[in-house]
Amino acid sequence: MSRSADAIAEAFEAAGHGAYVESFDRDERMIINMGPVHPATHGVLRLVLELDAETVVSCRPVIGYLHTGMEKECEDQNWRSAITIVTRMDYLAPFFNEHGYSIAVEELLGIEVPKRGQYIRVLISELNRISSHLVWFGTQGLDMGAISAMFYGFREREVILDFYEMVTGLRMNNNYVIPGGVWEDLPDGWRPVVENILGLLPGRIQEYEDLLSENPVFLERTKGIGTITADECGTLSTTGPIARAAGIDWDLRRDMPYGAYPDFEFDVPTATEGDVYARYTVRMEEMRQSVRILGQVVDGMPDGDYKNMDPKLTPPSRSELNRSMEAVIHHFKLVTQGYTVPAGEAYAAVESPRGELGVYAVSDGGTAPYRVHVRDPSFVNLQALPVMVRDGLVADLIASIASVDPVLGGVDR
Amino acid sequence: MALPEILNGMKVVITNVFKRKETISYPEVRRQPYPRFKGRHILDRHPDGLEKCIGCELCAGACPADAIYVVGAENTPENRFSPGERYAQIYQINYLRCIFCGLCVEACPTEALLMTTEFELSGDSRDELIYTKEQLIVDAPIIRHWPAKTEYSPDRSEKVKIKDGGMVRDARYPENFLPDTRTGKGSE
Repeated sequence: MSRSADAIAEAFEAAGHGAYVESFDRDERMIINMGPVHPATHGVLRLVLELDAETVVSCRPVIGYLHTGMEKECEDQNWRSAITIVTRMDYLAPFFNEHGYSIAVEELLGIEVPKRGQYIRVLISELNRISSHLVWFGTQGLDMGAISAMFYGFREREVILDFYEMVTGLRMNNNYVIPGGVWEDLPDGWRPVVENILGLLPGRIQEYEDLLSENPVFLERTKGIGTITADECGTLSTTGPIARAAGIDWDLRRDMPYGAYPDFEFDVPTATEGDVYARYTVRMEEMRQSVRILGQVVDGMPDGDYKNMDPKLTPPSRSELNRSMEAVIHHFKLVTQGYTVPAGEAYAAVESPRGELGVYAVSDGGTAPYRVHVRDPSFVNLQALPVMVRDGLVADLIASIASVDPVLGGVDR
Repeated sequence: MALPEILNGMKVVITNVFKRKETISYPEVRRQPYPRFKGRHILDRHPDGLEKCIGCELCAGACPADAIYVVGAENTPENRFSPGERYAQIYQINYLRCIFCGLCVEACPTEALLMTTEFELSGDSRDELIYTKEQLIVDAPIIRHWPAKTEYSPDRSEKVKIKDGGMVRDARYPENFLPDTRTGKGSE
């Protein structure tokens, strides 16, 4: 005996699972749970689908399976060590979380970041944009049946992750960009490694394009699929490649520049179709533009301090620690308490690979954040998914999820 | 028919089949981490054999994950562990909690606590992963459980054959060498 869709829907609602069914003609419809454990949902995302045969009538994303209360945990850390928490939110783009948070804290402190620190931030951020887009490329290809795309995307990502390891000591959750600059200067020999990556990538991106851009199977499954208009993007606050693929020419690096971005020349790729293929072309071109920015960063890397050397903010160097009692006192105070941040609130936004990543930080004048809120682009962009997939096929839903590129660590925080 | 496009894609796949393999068949073959790699900790000693750790508990205070537990005690003339007044009587790092952020190393005022490139941390029980002072202090050798036959340099460009499998500490460094986590350069 199978229960009717009606009864199932009621049972869902009664159990508080958040299934919300819009249609009236329930007997003809089937409700299917996609996820929370499903390879095509890119994490623990659950989608409650209402299907009419193979057509998606409604789609409700159910989130929260990865919720670990990271925003709240920041309140238990001091301003410096909260970096170790924010870096874990959007785990494919850790440097953007750190960067956004650091800018917010710097705004509260009213301090400047030295030029070299800003350039290192751009260097590491743009590499991160590429490595994050490579994961998207791999998963988008994989979901469309092109398993080699996954291999190639992760192969190139590995080279970039090696560079993170060389610079930050870790491959993920790096704890590198800190308020006032970056944790540590670039190590000796960073330049040939980056130049090697920059020499490698354009050819490899061309290979990806040869593989997918004109492949009839890929075109069939992406062109005209999962469309969203610029108006809908505006209504749903969608940002990043999704909005740019729908014709909204908006990139925070160019339109609300932060850090060293005004120094660099780059184009913001846009498209007008708003479908999965348009998002594919926009992201591919973004990778090329990142390579272009990186070339300028490598050429123009200035000398000097990599972080703000204010002794009230930065622990003294090792040699000073051995010489001066004052340095030891500063060190002790910074490690046990951390620095105080003047009371106030600040919002800083950076252009992460997924869109506007905003950090809203509130200080009550103490050594720990009073509140840290992160506007994660994955979370906001996920709202656009039901619009994209409405009246499409289930197979097209897979293409749409991959093109939204949600990171559930960022969605649930 | 879209045969040219498909053939174009196949060309990419076929040329890649003959490229160098990027995968490494761990654990027989390994890649050495970069010197800055944040791996398991060690507690260093002074050249005269005294411990550098002074039991100040700054590392425990700096740890965002509350993974470090230190109890200090007074040195006595008969029982001297470190120069100065105090030493760490109990020093434990819980590797089930540690997030390898390196804030403890930054916090240490005497450069006693350092991070190595050792990352193979697994155990059969929870107790085993709470490292005690005896395991952390440098006299204890860091033994690799699965000796490698071949090692790659960090950027995978060079291959090194290892003759006698099991290793003590990191093979790249001379006996008394410790990677300086703050500069990425080594100090002897």
